[in-house]
Amino acid sequence: MSELTASATHAPRLRVPSRARSALADSATMAGRCLRMARRNLDVALTSLALPVMLMLLFVYLFGGAIQTGTRYVTYVVPGVLLLCAGFGASMTAVSVTTDMTGGIIDRFRSMDVAGASVLAGHVAASVVRNLASTVLVFGVAFLIGFRPSAGPLDWLAAAGVLLLFILAISWLAAAVGLLARSPEAAGGFSFLVMFLPYPSSAFVPIDTMPTWIHGFAANQPVTPVIETLRGLLLGLPVGTSPVRAVAWCLGILVASVAVSGVLFRLRTA
Amino acid sequence: MQEALAIEATGLEKSYGTLRVLDGVDLEVPRGSVLALLGPNGAGKTTTVRILATLARADAGRARVAGFDVVADRRQVRRHISLTGQYAAVDELQTGEENLRMMGRLAGLPGPAARRRAAELLARFDLTEAGPRPVKTWSGGMRRRLDLAAGLVGDPAVLFLDEPTTGLDLRSRQAVWQVVTGLAGSGVTVFLTTQYLEEADQLADRIVVLDGGRVVADGTPAELKEQVAGQRLDLELADAAAFDQVARRLDGRVVRSDPGRLTIGVATDGSAAQVRALLDEVDPARRAVDRFAVQRATLDDVFLALTGHPADRPDHEHEKEPAGV
Repeated sequence: MSELTASATHAPRLRVPSRARSALADSATMAGRCLRMARRNLDVALTSLALPVMLMLLFVYLFGGAIQTGTRYVTYVVPGVLLLCAGFGASMTAVSVTTDMTGGIIDRFRSMDVAGASVLAGHVAASVVRNLASTVLVFGVAFLIGFRPSAGPLDWLAAAGVLLLFILAISWLAAAVGLLARSPEAAGGFSFLVMFLPYPSSAFVPIDTMPTWIHGFAANQPVTPVIETLRGLLLGLPVGTSPVRAVAWCLGILVASVAVSGVLFRLRTA
Repeated sequence: MQEALAIEATGLEKSYGTLRVLDGVDLEVPRGSVLALLGPNGAGKTTTVRILATLARADAGRARVAGFDVVADRRQVRRHISLTGQYAAVDELQTGEENLRMMGRLAGLPGPAARRRAAELLARFDLTEAGPRPVKTWSGGMRRRLDLAAGLVGDPAVLFLDEPTTGLDLRSRQAVWQVVTGLAGSGVTVFLTTQYLEEADQLADRIVVLDGGRVVADGTPAELKEQVAGQRLDLELADAAAFDQVARRLDGRVVRSDPGRLTIGVATDGSAAQVRALLDEVDPARRAVDRFAVQRATLDDVFLALTGHPADRPDHEHEKEPAGV
């Protein structure tokens, strides 16, 4: 620690790069950071790998026998498990956003001219990558226990697109929740909401088996059209207006979450 | 950036709700110097730093840092400064090396340059060995060093250190001091806040004392000590009644008092004539004062004399208790 003096001042000054370019580069750096940290966080890494497998086995072998859906239950339930895992994965994003916002590091990022949007975009990008990994795992387990979709390449592509959009939307929503929460524990509460939402939908049981008073909610909440779209595409069934409603819901949530996060970030850092 | 002043602020005001945190703060920090902003908790130190580091906006007043306006040229200011706050701003789940490389990338260095810079800083801060381990396995002192290193990645012209040694043990504190001293010699402007008079005395070229959102004193450590006449006459009193009597007679001039030990300190220039006169004044009957001693004034005395409350009772921000008794 003796020669602190040497290079400290007269290095060439960094020029100010264009806003958009540095925002993009910063987002990538931030995403790399979030992924490294998620990998090191053993609890999180294990849970996000174990959860898809456990849920898959739970639904198919413990509940599946009692549920009549007209198809093999594993085939019916895959979209539901995908969304459940996506919700859980996104909720971890809420926690890590809150952790950043309540710690000292956000001030350092801001004093280094890292835009708030880049910080959040990094979290969201990492969330998407993590969720895609657990999606692949869900499909892997599903195939092992008898999931046989009849989708063509285009159906697969469309299904992947809808799922990606859902993950993106729910990850930005999680980022907004992360900005709103005052403690990581409070942010963790978000996982209850997103893990609960698939239940009153067609994810695990057909809606017409539920009491009538809940039909309205179950049929029109955002998860249902996403589930119906994925199921329809994967099984080669008619999807009707589900894709349109699914995309509309996801885009709506996405746009609202991005806008709200922008406002919240400014409020939280004022 | 050839201006003589690295930091220049006039009339900074800031309120949070009804709480007035800064009430017209003026500052001037010449390039390459170390300024210590000294004050108790709640004096407005952190708010001042946040305004100068572009993280908060003043309600009134203007400030230029590294030659740029903190509001109008915010991005340019951010390219020239670094801020190391009170809470370690490094990721525990990343290794030290990854933390520094990330900061390098965010500071705009290309990948290989960021890697080189990280290795260089780890070596400089004596952290090469720990570099590849996650920071959560590091000691508090090591983290603080990493924190400082992270602040230097982008070669800042102005370095803000907000209470850099709060909560550190003596050894780590000295390590931080060494870093600051080294930086000061290299032409970097250092703006540090502290609650420790000793720290300000050791490190700073100039000290600005902040209390209740106002600058109550500004000068070199030596100048500030002169404000309480340079010396202090400590009186040891015979009993509680004598203590009360002397305290009453001295009133506003008391710079320290300890009712438990029956001692009172008062500013003096140390001359025999003045000491004699003081003793006669407070104790005309020659019964109240048992012993006396003349000490060199410390910054603690200065602080007490300037703010009306001692530096080491930071939690009583609005306390209006008079200096003596």
